[in-house]
Amino acid sequence: MPDSCSCRDFNRSQLLHRGVARAGQGLPSIEPGMPTPAGTGLNRRSFLLRSTGAMLSVYGASMLGPRHFLEGITEASAAAPNQPVLVSIFMEGGWDAMSVLAPVGDPLYAAMRPVVGLAPGSGPIFTEDDRLMWNPAATGLATLHDEGKVTTFPAIGYDPPDESHFTSRHYWEVGQLDTSVSSGWMGRFLDATGTQNNPLQGLSLDSSLSPALATTSVPVAAVSSPAAYSLWAYGVDSPITAEAIATFGQLGSLSAPSPAYAQARTAALNTSLVLNQMAGFVAANGTATNYNAPVPYPTAGGDFPGQLAALAAMLADNLPITCASLTGVGSFDTHSGETTALTTNLGQTVDAVLAFQRDLEARGLADRVLIQLWSEFGRHPQDNGSGTDHGAAGTAFLIGTQASGVMVGEFPGLAALDVNENLVNTSDFRAMYCSLLEQWFSTDASLVLPDAASYSRPTLLKS
Amino acid sequence: MAPGAASAPAQLATAVHAAVHGTSKPARKLHQAAKHKAKAKAHAKAKAHHHKAVKHKAVPKKKVLPRKVTPKPKTPAAAKTPPKVAAPPKPAAPKPTPYQPPADTAPIPTFSEPTTVAHMRRLLWRAGFGPTPGQAEALAGQPLQQVVYSLTRPQGPPTLTGPDPVEDSGAPLAPADAWGDDHCWWLDRMIRTDQPLIERMTFIWHDWFATSNSGVDDQQQMLDQNNTLRAGALGSFHDLFLAVTTDPAMLVWLNGTSNNKWNPNENYAREMMELFSLGADRGAYTETDVSEMARTLTGWRNDWVSGVGNTNFRFDPTYHDATAKTVFGQTGNWSYTDAVQLCVSHPLHPSFFVTKLWSYFVPTPPDAPTLASLQGLYTSSGYGIQPVVEAILQHPDFYDGPELVTPPVVYNAGLLRAAGRYIDTTAWAWLGADAGQQLFYPPNVSGWDFTRWLDTSTLMARWDIANYVTDQTYVNPWPTGGSTYPATETSAAALSSAMAYWGNPILSDDSQQCIADFAHSCLTSATAAWEQSPYRAIRQNALRMLIATSPDMQVS
Repeated sequence: MPDSCSCRDFNRSQLLHRGVARAGQGLPSIEPGMPTPAGTGLNRRSFLLRSTGAMLSVYGASMLGPRHFLEGITEASAAAPNQPVLVSIFMEGGWDAMSVLAPVGDPLYAAMRPVVGLAPGSGPIFTEDDRLMWNPAATGLATLHDEGKVTTFPAIGYDPPDESHFTSRHYWEVGQLDTSVSSGWMGRFLDATGTQNNPLQGLSLDSSLSPALATTSVPVAAVSSPAAYSLWAYGVDSPITAEAIATFGQLGSLSAPSPAYAQARTAALNTSLVLNQMAGFVAANGTATNYNAPVPYPTAGGDFPGQLAALAAMLADNLPITCASLTGVGSFDTHSGETTALTTNLGQTVDAVLAFQRDLEARGLADRVLIQLWSEFGRHPQDNGSGTDHGAAGTAFLIGTQASGVMVGEFPGLAALDVNENLVNTSDFRAMYCSLLEQWFSTDASLVLPDAASYSRPTLLKS
Repeated sequence: MAPGAASAPAQLATAVHAAVHGTSKPARKLHQAAKHKAKAKAHAKAKAHHHKAVKHKAVPKKKVLPRKVTPKPKTPAAAKTPPKVAAPPKPAAPKPTPYQPPADTAPIPTFSEPTTVAHMRRLLWRAGFGPTPGQAEALAGQPLQQVVYSLTRPQGPPTLTGPDPVEDSGAPLAPADAWGDDHCWWLDRMIRTDQPLIERMTFIWHDWFATSNSGVDDQQQMLDQNNTLRAGALGSFHDLFLAVTTDPAMLVWLNGTSNNKWNPNENYAREMMELFSLGADRGAYTETDVSEMARTLTGWRNDWVSGVGNTNFRFDPTYHDATAKTVFGQTGNWSYTDAVQLCVSHPLHPSFFVTKLWSYFVPTPPDAPTLASLQGLYTSSGYGIQPVVEAILQHPDFYDGPELVTPPVVYNAGLLRAAGRYIDTTAWAWLGADAGQQLFYPPNVSGWDFTRWLDTSTLMARWDIANYVTDQTYVNPWPTGGSTYPATETSAAALSSAMAYWGNPILSDDSQQCIADFAHSCLTSATAAWEQSPYRAIRQNALRMLIATSPDMQVS
C-alpha cells in the first residue's frame, strides 16, 4: 500500500476509531479535549447472515437475537426494491481536492503547486468550470460527470475549519461541530426512520462499524470480508484441504449421544453446509470470486472493489440496506510523495466506483442508489515540496443517475484564501446532509441535525 | 431461504490463496491493529491486589431438622429462572435469622470407583481447564475423594508454573490498561495455576455475578473484582455475596452508587434477588421487596475524577435511608449487610444456590434426595461453597451423566495446556470474543448462556483458536531445503502422532473412525516420490486440526 506519509495525528485517529469499533466500548480520550468517537457505547455481536454466507457484526440492540434479525431482514426485504440507498465512501486522511479537480486555470496554481501540480491538458476539463481539470486518475468521474451523473462540491467544508484529522472527521461523521456527540448522522437518520430488527439498514462494508452509522436505538451492522468465513490452517494445503474440510463436516453428521454432543455435531454440520454454499461462488480456477457481477471490477485496490461488488450483489438480492459505508483505497494523507500515492489511491478508488455504478446500471438498481464520496478536509494550497499538509475546504461528490449533475458552490479561486492560507469553502457539508435527508430520503432534516434550519438546501437531484 | 441466497458473495479464494501460501494472516493483522492502549490511564501495570482469604462469617447455626421435601425437577437451562413454587413462609422474627431449610442430612451418593482416564479427563475439564498430557492417566484409579480434595482444598497461595505471559511484542501484559490484555492475563492463570478449581470457581462467579467492563469502563476495577471473586471462590457464599455487593465494579455496573435515600435505584436490589440468590418467578419476593431492598442498599457513593474515573467508593450514612424497611415481611432499619443476610437466610435461597451451582458442573438436574442433602450441607456449613462443590465433584451424575459443552475460554485454555503453549500473543482476546466469550465482557448481568455456546460462527472461531494454538508448532510442508517429514509414515502412525500432539484426547469411536478414514484416504492420489514427505506433513497438520475442532473436543 503506497501510504508513504501518514502524520501522527492521523495514526492516532485511525487507531482510536478502530479500537472503539473493535472493543465496541468507551475507550478514554487519549488526549485532553479529544472528542469521544462516535460509535462509543455500542455493543457488538456477531452472527452469520445466512443469505450471503457472510459474517455480520451487529451493533446496538443488545436484547435482540440473531433469529429476530433474520426475520426482520426478511420482512424488510419485501420493501427494499423501492427504497433509496445512500452509499457513503470515505477518503481517509483528507484527500487533496486541488489534485482531484485541479485548478490548472487559476493563475496562482503553478506557483503554489511547483511539485505536486498537474500539467494543464494532462486530464479532462471539468465542463462546468474550465479553470478546473480532472486528475487523469479520476477519468472515471469525468466520464460519469459527462453523463450528468455527478454532482460536484468544488469547495465543501465548514467554519471555523479544524485541521485535525480526528476532529474534522468526527464533525463530518456526526454532522455537527460538536466533539461530544457520539451518534453518527446516518445513525441518527436510521434511529428516526429505521426499524428495531433490521441491522442491515446501516451497513459498514468493513470489519468494524463506521462511526457515521453509529445509532442510539436501532441495530446496524458491519460485514467483514465474506472471505472471513473459511477454514484454513497453517500448513494445510492442497491436495488435502478439501478432503479435510469434508471430514470436518462428516464429523458433524455422526451420532450424538447427548444434547451437548448434538449441539457440537450440528454446529460442525451446519458450518460445512455454509462452506459448501459459498464454494459455489468461488470461480473454477480457485483464485477469483464471483458475485454474479454483470460487469468486470478492477483487480487493483485491495478489498475495495470486492466490497463494492458484494454490495451490488446484496442490493440486487433486495437486502434491505438503506445506508452503506465504505472506505476508499489507501490513505490520502499525502504529506510527502503525493503524486505517486494519490494517483494510485485515487485511481483505484475511482475505477472501482465506476465499475460499481456500471454494475448498478446493468442490474437496474441505479435509480435508487446515490454514492457519496467525501473526505475530512482538503489540503493546503501551497505544496510542501513533496506533498501537501492539512487544509480546509475540500471536495465531495454525489454520484448516481438521479444526481443533478450540477455543481454546488463554486471553486473560490486561489487569490482569496483564509487566514491560514487555506481554501475557503463555498458549500457546507451539513447543508449537503440536510438536502440528502429531505430530497433523497424524504425525511425532515431537523430530526437528524438539531440546527438543520440554519442551513441552505442545495438541489442535489434531477428535477 | 432468505433473500440473497442466490448470490452469496465470496472473496474466499483470495484469502485461501494467501493462506495456503503462508503469506498472509489477515485476521490477526486486522485485530492487532484494533488493539489500543489507553495511555491516559494512570495505572501502568495491574497492581496485584492481595486479598486475605475470606473467613467464614460466624453465622449462628441451628440444628437442621430432617424434613421431607419434594423439590421439583429443574433443567440446567431453567436454573436461572426456576419454576414457581408456593409462597415462602414468612419468618416471624424481627431480625433476619438463618432459616431452617427443607434439607436432608442423608449422605450424598458418591461415584463407584475405580475411576478411568475418561472420568479424570472429564473432572479436569469441568473442574479446571483440561488435562496436561498424562495428567488424567496419572489420576485414573486413585481414590476419588483424594483427587477431589486435591482440587477443593489447595494449600497456600497458587503457584504459576511456566513463563510469564507476554504480548506479541514480548512486552509484559498490561491487563489494567490494554484492551484484551485483561482476558489474556486471566487465561494465563487458567493455564499455569496449580489450583485450577480456584480459577474455575472464579470463572463461575464471574458468570454468576456477571459484571462487564462495557459498563464499568475501568479494567483495574474489573481486575480488583476478579481478585475478590478468587479470594472467596470456595469460602462462604454469604461473605462472597457481601464482598460483591460493595465491590466498586459492581457498584458502578448495577448503579449501587446511584442509589441513595432521595432517589432509590432498584437495579442491584432486583438482581441480587433474581440472579444472585433467589431466582425469579418462584414467589421468593415481591415488587415491594425490590423497592424496600433498594432503600436498604442506599448509602454507597463514589467520586468521579477527570483522568481517573470513578474513585473513592465509600458508605456515607448521610446518603443511607435510615428509616424502617420491610423486606420479606421483616421490618427493621436494614442496611446493606442486612440485605445480604436477608437474601441468604431466605427459605428459597439454598435450593436456588445448590441448583445453580450444580448446573455449572452437571447438565442434568439433581435428583430430589441429592438436592435436599446438598441444601443441608450448604446451610449446616454456614453457606459453605467448598462442601457443596466437593459433593458435586464426587457425585455419580458428574461421571455417569451426559456431556457438557465446554465454554470457549475453557476450550482455549485446554488446547494451550494440551499443546504446552503459554501466553505469547493477545490474539486470544479477540478469538475469545469471536467464539462467544470475552472475559470481563459477559453479555449482560445474567452472564453467558452456557447452553448455547456452539453455532456456525462460534465453531468457526474455535477452528481459528485451534489454528492459532498450532501456529508455532505445525509441520512446515515446504521448508527451505525440502521436507524431512517421514515419507513412509502410515495413516495409523499419523493419527497417533496427531492425537499425542493434543495429549491423547478421547474421541468417540465413530469420530475416531471418520478421522482415521481421512488419514488413510487423503493420500491415495499422492503417488509421486516427491509428494510423499510434504503431503504427509500436510496430513499431520490437517489431522491435528480435525481432532482439535472435532465435536468430541467441544464437550466433556
